[in-house]
Amino acid sequence: MPTFVHTDKCDGCKGGEVTACMYICPHDLMKLDTERMKAFNQEPDQCWECMCCVKACPRQAIEVRAYADFVPMGGAAIPLRTDTHIMWTIKFRDGEIKRFKFPVRTTPVGSIDPYKDKPPAGDINSPLLFTQANKQLPTI
Amino acid sequence: MSEGTFGNPEIVEVETDILIIGGGMAACGAAYEAKRWAGDDAKIIMVDKAALDRSGAVAQGLSAINTYIGDNDPEDYVRMVHADLMGITRDDLVYDVGRHVDDSVELFEEWGLPIWKSKETEGVALKDGGKPVRSGRWQIMINGESYKPIVAEAAKKALGMENIYERVFIVKLLLDANEPNRIAGAVGLSVRDHKLYVFKCSAALLVAGGAVNVFRPRSVGEGQGRTWYPVWNSGSTYAMAVEAGAEMTMMENRFVPARFKDGYGPVGAWFLLFKSKATNGFGEDYATKNVDMLKDFAPYDTAAVVPTCLRNHLMLKEMKEGRGPIFMDTPTAMKKLAETMTPQEVKHLEAEAWEDFLDMCIGQAAVWAGMNIRPEETVSELMPTEPYLLGSHSGCCGIWVSGPEDLSSPDDWKWGYNRMTTVQGLFTAGDGVGASGHKFSSGSHAEGRIAGKNMVKFVQDKKGFSPSFKEDLNKITEEIYKPVRNYIEHKDKTTAEDINPHYILPRMLQIRLQKLMDEYVAGTSTYYQTNKVMLEHGLHLLEMVKEDSRNMRAKDLHELLRAWENYHRVRTAEVHLRHILYREETRYPGFFYRSDFPDLDEENWHCFVNSRMDPETGEWTMMKKDWVGLVDHHH
Repeated sequence: MPTFVHTDKCDGCKGGEVTACMYICPHDLMKLDTERMKAFNQEPDQCWECMCCVKACPRQAIEVRAYADFVPMGGAAIPLRTDTHIMWTIKFRDGEIKRFKFPVRTTPVGSIDPYKDKPPAGDINSPLLFTQANKQLPTI
Repeated sequence: MSEGTFGNPEIVEVETDILIIGGGMAACGAAYEAKRWAGDDAKIIMVDKAALDRSGAVAQGLSAINTYIGDNDPEDYVRMVHADLMGITRDDLVYDVGRHVDDSVELFEEWGLPIWKSKETEGVALKDGGKPVRSGRWQIMINGESYKPIVAEAAKKALGMENIYERVFIVKLLLDANEPNRIAGAVGLSVRDHKLYVFKCSAALLVAGGAVNVFRPRSVGEGQGRTWYPVWNSGSTYAMAVEAGAEMTMMENRFVPARFKDGYGPVGAWFLLFKSKATNGFGEDYATKNVDMLKDFAPYDTAAVVPTCLRNHLMLKEMKEGRGPIFMDTPTAMKKLAETMTPQEVKHLEAEAWEDFLDMCIGQAAVWAGMNIRPEETVSELMPTEPYLLGSHSGCCGIWVSGPEDLSSPDDWKWGYNRMTTVQGLFTAGDGVGASGHKFSSGSHAEGRIAGKNMVKFVQDKKGFSPSFKEDLNKITEEIYKPVRNYIEHKDKTTAEDINPHYILPRMLQIRLQKLMDEYVAGTSTYYQTNKVMLEHGLHLLEMVKEDSRNMRAKDLHELLRAWENYHRVRTAEVHLRHILYREETRYPGFFYRSDFPDLDEENWHCFVNSRMDPETGEWTMMKKDWVGLVDHHH
């Protein structure tokens, strides 16, 4: 099915025109049912299980149920992402639970200043990128 | 024009100097570089069919950066790429990526991407001498869950959000009315509003990824979404280039990754970092057992790293002869590693193994959890996937481009602007550039930057150019909205709108294409084998798919997106088929076999195969182009 939405948790992003999951899904799968004000996956067999929507949902209303055509029931991988880390809960079919925590970013979100302290544009005809100013490029 | 309604879109015209089509790594690299060179002198617009934070092949994240040169010599990188892709690559393009790629990786780290370091240099940035943890000679390990949002943030800041159009899907390039063979713009549909966007530009960068789901996938239920490469890569780069009359190269090449079965999780760290071995169903190390088979494909059999297709070739022998399943022996590998480790280090190793999936292929972690697979206890199945078309991984199909001017390459490999196609003003990078490969995420970003700089140069040189479209805009609008018209006109004629003799659902057209490509063009069901007769019959059927694509329906904007994605898949399939038909040898065993020409034929086919479709007549020209080596390719 891949992603599914918990009815009781989804609030349709409080009636915004585009929900967080709709905004982020790379494959345009998440859709808002405007009558119920709940999101759903409109094309479940096209879901890559990338979990971009799961991570973006402000209500943690979205999960992934593994592909039914080859994965036995009962397992799950559930992320909880902050601006610096991601925490994973892995539930095995037999009930065992593993937890992992990994860093995702070393700088504050929104802090990138792309051209700060970078060289200005140099010679447009040289093969150098602007950050490589004054470097000698090797050739063959 | 007033606000659009379904079927009657508002036409939004946008003028720009540079148009970036796509939002992945190459696109973000191009935005970052081009803006610096352009300053306020040239306008740059980026158009992404998704949201920039999570679009392209890195949307989910990655656990490694596969191209970081570091202490290596870029010439050795050229040798590796050349050998892995069976000897037919453009050394100039590969070398150019090799000498620029580290600069992008160092930027990623500066922007906030966590890169693993050796114990001795923990906390030291790469540019200050930090030593990365290498999983292979060219690969470095990262905590890459947020790789794309980080790279996207830099691109957004560079361009400004007002210059980025999200959820607009470019479906067609537009040529100039006055100058022949010259790009003038592109047209795309919004998948959110009833709007059709028409962009006029002087230069365009076509970087919309590779092609996925052209072939019938091994999983045909809901697991068909679990493609190895992103399911949203619909061949738009290749299809739009072909239709604009760009010369294509090596479109016969494809990639068939051998991965963990069904979940298609990465095996690189298992082979390279954890030193795991693969066996047949009876515990035999088939790679060693079958090694003599590779002599038929000399000199590539003795490359420093055995080419990816040849490794598949060895695996397929076991599968075809009934000695499956193929297993990755993870327990033995982990036991061996544990012999020299503390329990804490072993626990860390286990976390690394899981992170390898969780950073880039979460679905595989769900397969393991659902099957109670613990790598320290249980072996896991491997399987070669359905074929994919791409130019940035272990594949090299794409567009024929001009290379760097300062290398000793033949004159007909450079026509003034690095990474420009044979269409004036149309550039590409990443999956779009053919005859190179092994750029991966970092190389695609660097290549986007190279193209970005050269586009600025192009625009500066052509200051007087004023784009005007060759084709009539109303006609184009009608063509793009034809699936909607088909739906509105015919939907009420049957009691169930999905079954209607007047139109075909985009989904069904895709399935028809996939079945055809699988059965005639060397998909999984024939063990990747085909021949001239199969291909010619396949082409005959494909022509009818192409005709019927005009009769797709779209009941909403989402389905209109799918209709055009599938049209792009059909065009991509066609050029792939034509190239396979033309190359009368088996160059990539393990990826596909011409069973009527089962041997590698270095004498006649150690050359590029290029093609061009005349956009006026639709006629194809296939041609051989000489291969030249720029470094000594000793094997």
